[in-house]
Amino acid sequence: MSRGNIELLVGLFVLIGLASLTYLALHLGELELFSHGYRVYAVFDNISGLKTGAPVEVAGVEVGKVEAVEMTQDFRAKLTLKLDTKVVLKEDTIASIRTKGIIGDKFVKLTPGFSDKVIPPGGTIRETESVLELEELISKYVHGKV
Amino acid sequence: MVALLRRLGCWALGLVREAGGMMLFLLEGLALAFVPPFRFRRLLQEMYLIGVRSVLIILLTAAFTGMILALQGFYTLKQYGSEGALGSAVALSLIREMGPVLTALMVSARAGSAVTAEIGIMRITEQLDALDTMAVSPMQYVVMPKLLAGLITVPLLTAIFDVMGIIGGYIVGVILLGLSSGIYFSEMVRSVVPLDINGGIVKSLVFGLTIILVACYKGYYTEHGAEGVSRATNQTVVLSAVLILAWDYLLTSFFM
Repeated sequence: MSRGNIELLVGLFVLIGLASLTYLALHLGELELFSHGYRVYAVFDNISGLKTGAPVEVAGVEVGKVEAVEMTQDFRAKLTLKLDTKVVLKEDTIASIRTKGIIGDKFVKLTPGFSDKVIPPGGTIRETESVLELEELISKYVHGKV
Repeated sequence: MVALLRRLGCWALGLVREAGGMMLFLLEGLALAFVPPFRFRRLLQEMYLIGVRSVLIILLTAAFTGMILALQGFYTLKQYGSEGALGSAVALSLIREMGPVLTALMVSARAGSAVTAEIGIMRITEQLDALDTMAVSPMQYVVMPKLLAGLITVPLLTAIFDVMGIIGGYIVGVILLGLSSGIYFSEMVRSVVPLDINGGIVKSLVFGLTIILVACYKGYYTEHGAEGVSRATNQTVVLSAVLILAWDYLLTSFFM
């Protein structure tokens, strides 16, 4: 094996290895080198196990992600949503938490509004709808509060 | 009774001595990477021997691992009507566990044993001493490039393993079992987070260093002729396999 050949093969190997690593990191891990999009906040009474990284959808189309889940001073859940720059939300947008399928994952559904004002980057979605919990509904029915 | 205690003590001391020896060996080897003369070509040679020569076996193992994961996963998931999760099951188990561990095991079986045999024979034929008399540090000339090559190539091999495994899973899941290709990949993209990939890379770095460290150490301290070389090679394969699996458990429980 001559010198040039070893260099060529090692170079090829490193190239393929780095390409695989980049594919894993950028495509699968969605490591964001160039951060696009803007952030808005939404406060919910109950997010019932929604996780960071859950999708944010408008009309079933994924437009962003849940970037952070925190608790506020008054024991409510504050979500940081990271949205595509293309998506412009009106002020009366409703954010609700839904479940995909029966045992599926939770996601945030945005229902666009019709107001003239828009929510600026860093703004807050005021209208939120928490998770419909089956147990709560049943207990309300059983204890006769309906 | 006293004799038994003494045997136990002797064994424990031996274990501690060996672990300490390896640690010092590792520190010395890595420190020498920053001391001239720098022999870049030696590093290339070792990367060729440890990395490039392992690519074929890694591709083969990876393809079959991915195919098996897809086949087993498909029938299990089918019982719950969620075949759609196949992509994420294959990708997560490959990236988090199977990729780093199987790559490390294959590299230790293929390259680790070769490294021990090579250094062991250099030791018993006094080639290491000959290097020393020529004022070439055998640690720097022989051991250090191997350690660096292990550190560089094993993570790259692991990445190749992961991608090839995903392709293997695709072949079985999508082409043979008829899952939709969009679901396979979108579920995969949705469920894999950067932490999984970082964890996999950290694991493979640790494994790469461990394999080559054990191999070099065992070879470097080979004694008693040809029989010693065979014993050292044997110990290398067993010890690195055990260490890889033990490290895997520890790293998983700490980082992931």
